[in-house]
Amino acid sequence: MIDDITRIAAAAPALIAGASSVDELRAVEADLLGKKGELTLLKKGMGGLDPEGRKVAGSALNDARDSIEAVLALRRSDLESAERASMVATEQLDLTELLELPERGSLHLVTQTWDRLVDVFIGMGFTVAEGPEVETDWYNFEALNIPAAHPARGMWDTLYVDLGDPETVLLRTHTSPVQIRVMTDGEPPIYAVMPGRVYRRDTADASHMPVFHQIEGLVVDRNISFADLAGTLEAFTSAYFGGSIHSRLRPPYFPFTEPSAEYDINCVFCEGNGCRTCGQTGWLELGGCGMVHPTVLTNVGLDPEEWSGFAFGFGLDRLALMRHGVDDIREMYTGDVRFLEQFPS
Amino acid sequence: MKVLLSWLQEFAPFPGDDPVALGDVMSDLGMAVESIERIGEGLDGIVTVKVLDLRAHPDADKIQLVDVDLGDGEALQICCGATNLTVGDVVPLATLGTTMPDGMEIARRKMRGEWSNGMLCSGRELALGEDHSGIYILDPSLALGLPIVEALGITPDVLFDLEINPNRPDAMSVAGVARDLAARLGLLFAIPEPSVEEQAGDTGSIASVDIIDPDLCGLFHIRVIDGIKIEPSPRWIADRLSALGMRPINNVVDASNYVMLELGQPNHTYDLAKVPGGALRVRWARDGETIPTLDGVERTLTGGRDGVIADASDSAVGIAGVMGGASTEISETTTTVLLECAWWQPMAIARSSKFMGLRSEASARFERGVDPAIVDLAARRLAELLAPSGARLVQGSVTVNGELAPTPAVRVRTGRVNQLLGTDISTEQIISLLTPIGFVCELGGEDDVLTVTVPTFRPDTTNETDVIEEIARHYGYSKILGRAPTSAHTGSLTPIQRDRRSIRQVLVGLGIHEAMPLPFLAPGDLARCGLPPEAVTVTNPLAAEESVLRTSLRPGLLQAIAYNESHRTDGVALFELGKVFALPSSGETLPDEREHLAVALAGRDATAAANVWALLAQTLGLNDVVIDQSAPPAGLHPGRSGVLRRGGEQLGEIGEIDPGVLDALGLRERVAWLQLDLGVALAAPHGEHRYHHISRYPSSDLDLAFEVDSAEPAASIEAAVRSAAGPLLVTVSLFDVFRGHPIPDGRRSLAYRLRLQAPDRTLTDDDIGGVQRSVVEALGAIGATLRG
Repeated sequence: MIDDITRIAAAAPALIAGASSVDELRAVEADLLGKKGELTLLKKGMGGLDPEGRKVAGSALNDARDSIEAVLALRRSDLESAERASMVATEQLDLTELLELPERGSLHLVTQTWDRLVDVFIGMGFTVAEGPEVETDWYNFEALNIPAAHPARGMWDTLYVDLGDPETVLLRTHTSPVQIRVMTDGEPPIYAVMPGRVYRRDTADASHMPVFHQIEGLVVDRNISFADLAGTLEAFTSAYFGGSIHSRLRPPYFPFTEPSAEYDINCVFCEGNGCRTCGQTGWLELGGCGMVHPTVLTNVGLDPEEWSGFAFGFGLDRLALMRHGVDDIREMYTGDVRFLEQFPS
Repeated sequence: MKVLLSWLQEFAPFPGDDPVALGDVMSDLGMAVESIERIGEGLDGIVTVKVLDLRAHPDADKIQLVDVDLGDGEALQICCGATNLTVGDVVPLATLGTTMPDGMEIARRKMRGEWSNGMLCSGRELALGEDHSGIYILDPSLALGLPIVEALGITPDVLFDLEINPNRPDAMSVAGVARDLAARLGLLFAIPEPSVEEQAGDTGSIASVDIIDPDLCGLFHIRVIDGIKIEPSPRWIADRLSALGMRPINNVVDASNYVMLELGQPNHTYDLAKVPGGALRVRWARDGETIPTLDGVERTLTGGRDGVIADASDSAVGIAGVMGGASTEISETTTTVLLECAWWQPMAIARSSKFMGLRSEASARFERGVDPAIVDLAARRLAELLAPSGARLVQGSVTVNGELAPTPAVRVRTGRVNQLLGTDISTEQIISLLTPIGFVCELGGEDDVLTVTVPTFRPDTTNETDVIEEIARHYGYSKILGRAPTSAHTGSLTPIQRDRRSIRQVLVGLGIHEAMPLPFLAPGDLARCGLPPEAVTVTNPLAAEESVLRTSLRPGLLQAIAYNESHRTDGVALFELGKVFALPSSGETLPDEREHLAVALAGRDATAAANVWALLAQTLGLNDVVIDQSAPPAGLHPGRSGVLRRGGEQLGEIGEIDPGVLDALGLRERVAWLQLDLGVALAAPHGEHRYHHISRYPSSDLDLAFEVDSAEPAASIEAAVRSAAGPLLVTVSLFDVFRGHPIPDGRRSLAYRLRLQAPDRTLTDDDIGGVQRSVVEALGAIGATLRG
């Protein structure tokens, strides 16, 4: 019996090596170790041996089995690798051979800029308010300390609509009426930004559209000062444009703020060194701001002695154009996909 | 407003060495410098030459060949486009190598085959005023080859172009700018007293004025100047006027303009001989009253809106504050001038000039408010300017007052100043900031409270905050240190603002681009899109295409698709989130303004829109919304469209654009369409997305195909499946639709795969059989039969 075991164990490596696929190997394994395999049959014949002979034969059987299994495992692993390699070779793909790219949509540049701005202000503790685009004269002008026939009305070329008495209902010329709504509908403290679409009686050209967008900010609280305004705008400026860009304020005139200020930032193209875009001044004019005029506070029922506040506002479209180097604002509004798809995010 | 450095220096000793730094101070004071021009600079290389000969260019109609003499007797050929030259003229020549004030370099070059050895210059090319109509003709007695700076006696100067805010009437004059600037720089400011000899006489007996309507005219001051001889102004006056953008005309007109620019007091000169009895009347115009004005136009006035100055016979001889009349105009024969220096009601002049479309340097100043205290000085200054031509100011003056508000005294609290500015400015500092700009500060009984009397040249300043702005301006905005925000408030988006971002995310992921067509439409756009034409219209549109407010996003998006198609871009997918405007609901003033979402997919059919909707509804958690195809919306394909409905509410419309509309708009491709009223859709609670327990036990699939009437919406079949399948149902999906043999006409096969699973056990065949039985039974009840 020991001889049979030795013979089988010696012949096994050649049989195993002769298997040329995983399937053939499986058949060889069954012949050697399976239920009807030679070693299994020998094991069944062990019952006729004496205890000592059984012990010796059992040990030899186990050794043979172990050595055969080791050779089998090695061969199996080799055959599997070879088969995977040949399968992989047939599955080769050229990843540049693409027939159709799935299309990705895009957010409008105004939306992208809007979201960016809003996110910065939310980070600074502001909520986001909105209001109607068609407004009454009261919200757009009167409440903002711009009475009828005030020469300052000439600062806005207003589009009126045929509702109510003539020239009483209009397409809002700025986002400032939302300030009035926020102050009328709520109570201080107010920390809000108001992005929105605005309208002017303007002929479209490379830098003007009759419809464009602004974002406006309003803070009303106790002891709010011009220094808070300057600090808030400076914080916003570095957060939005980057740490190397700073802001400055200089006096202009707006009827709804006093003191009023023009809000400039370092030119983002030359970082203040002077270039063509900023007319060699190193500064870009961004928007207007100031302390909310006491008359405006009174108009919404707030006591200017108790409450003070600041407001600021600037155009959104120009920021969008500047970021991407677009030189004609009209491009944003044609709906031309060749333009829209250039700005996936 | 333009100002010359040399002119400013007549009022305070401004340093001339660094105009840019001076400009920065003006900007910081709110008089923003838009440009700085250095006069007399860049004129090196420009010399006097005499025209020797003029010849036609052999090969160009618009160019002459000019031979000039630089003083050496040689003829030098120049090509010149101007036609105002005659032989013998002395003119400026920019010689070769000269860099012009605008940066252009002069080189020898050929023009159409003829050499040009330099350039003959116009006034504008020399930066001497705006005249570009021809070559600048010089005094013929000048030596030749003389540098132009020497020939013209040009003194180097600096011209600042300032942007003046509407609340700064004082800065509409050279003196006013100088006052503000001197205050900031700590320089002494003074308006020189005119030195003018008066001629014996009595103005009061020669001229008079009667203010009939005191609400029109606050002050009317008259002087008479005799011995007038009309002639050109002295060079220095003409040059200054030209530099500030006014054309010199004659000594009287120029002196009048000069005083307006210098002191900010517009004034008017009448030929006294043409004013019967020297008597004037000031009153509101009568409706329809006419007057021929200085510009030769017969103007019709409006009662109560326009003011007039009339003569003794009550016929108008001038429009108050806007323009003088032709009948009393100064002419060559004028010997005596009646000079008017008045203060007109600013609002009246603003209205009058706006509605007449007549804006002048005078009206611009009157409507901001001029200084009523300066009329006498202005009149004497004008006489002083005319004195060298022999004019003499007649003794005495006539001044009549109308309604003029007294200058207010404003209570200014130091505490309030610092509270509003976030500064720590002392009361003494406030006094030292305000005093140099003419605000008179008095300490009252209270500590740190000033009584500030506003100067007459600052009518814009009427209350404490106005004064605080002045303090801030002169303290310097740049010196107010920003206080970093330390708000304890939290910012966030509102639910609808968050929903908008989700919507955009889904649509962009689906390959759809966001567009923003203008909200304006042309008349007929709505009808072309199959929509009702009622809409809000714009009163004063610039173009017909911008005269109607959209009631739907449909026209804008379809036009954008047409635009893309016309540029060979097919299959465009666009969406828009924007406002639409319907006529106001009854009792409302403002339009019924709503926010809509619209999706337009070119080259796709209605099912594409339905798929987009399904994903949006899933994202937003908008359940219980059905597509109701029983009454297709206007302008959409009748067989392929429906209304999005939740209970009785209409949320939007979905389907495909009507082929007739596509034709009307010239669209080649079919267009899938989805429109949602966000206000309505998002008003009800939505998007809660509750967690459902995921079972650990195996699931089983059950495939069932039903034969269903074609008119029965798949959605109802699915709903029936869902409700009949009971709690074991996890998902149900339609995986096959089949029409044709052996299914009879008018019916189709719908095959659904139901995934079943129990939360607590493995399903048995009985469980699955039970679900199948109840589903088949329920569907049988609505006419759907299980297919073998």
